[in-house]
Amino acid sequence: MPAGTLYRGREGMWSWVAHRVTGVLIFFFLFAHVLDTALVRVSPQAYDSVIQTYKTPLVNLMEYGLTAAILFHALNGLRVVAVDFWAKGPKYQKQMLWSVVGIWVVLLAGAFYPILQHTLRTWFGG
Amino acid sequence: MATEISDTLVVPSAHAHTGQGLGTGNPADAFVVEPARTRTKRTPRRTRTNFEMLAWLFMRLSGVVLVVLILGHLLINIVLDGGVSKISFAFVAGRWASPFWQGWDLLMLWLAMLHGANGMRTVINDYAEKDSTRLWLKLLLGAATVFTVLLGTLVIFTFDPNI
Repeated sequence: MPAGTLYRGREGMWSWVAHRVTGVLIFFFLFAHVLDTALVRVSPQAYDSVIQTYKTPLVNLMEYGLTAAILFHALNGLRVVAVDFWAKGPKYQKQMLWSVVGIWVVLLAGAFYPILQHTLRTWFGG
Repeated sequence: MATEISDTLVVPSAHAHTGQGLGTGNPADAFVVEPARTRTKRTPRRTRTNFEMLAWLFMRLSGVVLVVLILGHLLINIVLDGGVSKISFAFVAGRWASPFWQGWDLLMLWLAMLHGANGMRTVINDYAEKDSTRLWLKLLLGAATVFTVLLGTLVIFTFDPNI
């Protein structure tokens, strides 16, 4: 491929971008999550009513998305640690990224029904 | 030519940070930019701590611990045993009846908030170009982080199942 003016960082750059985007998303969720959990100090009713929104189909789907973001950030974070501390890390960073993506896909496929079962049961019974 | 140069103080490049050798009378000196690493009165003798290195190390150590804490948290709360369906005040009361899970959640809260706040600090430093914008964003981040960590800690320690 001819050299262009656009920076093409390939796997290393794109995994860095994805790590950053998922990290920011997770951080904003964490704020909301500490605040909603703090409602257990207000009353059981206040807590249970906000937890009801976690059980609606849209938010249930967002939980699956959050799990996807967390799993990528966790697995790629372990890859970053390996690149920094393992002597052969930089040499195998590309192979490790594709391993991360592979494990990520398998774990997300396995988590699909368990996480979304609340919505699936509501819609399809059972 | 050779006589003009003899008036010039010639400084090896290794001494560029001293600023010596500038002001030679050459008109081109008007365009010489002071070396970025020139020591001034405001330059600290040396930095007292290795804050950025410690922050870098903290991200890796806390990250590895958080992988275990958060994946365990997700597994128990939204994957196993019916997923999100079972979560309620009673479920939380059952979990926090155990000091082990209280400690788990407390450690997770602190590590995740500090890990996330330090990540956001990096993002702010990278993208906010104005000094004042960076300062305000980091003050806001710091205030929100302190508030959230203290609130969460208070909730874990003062939780009352019979409220």
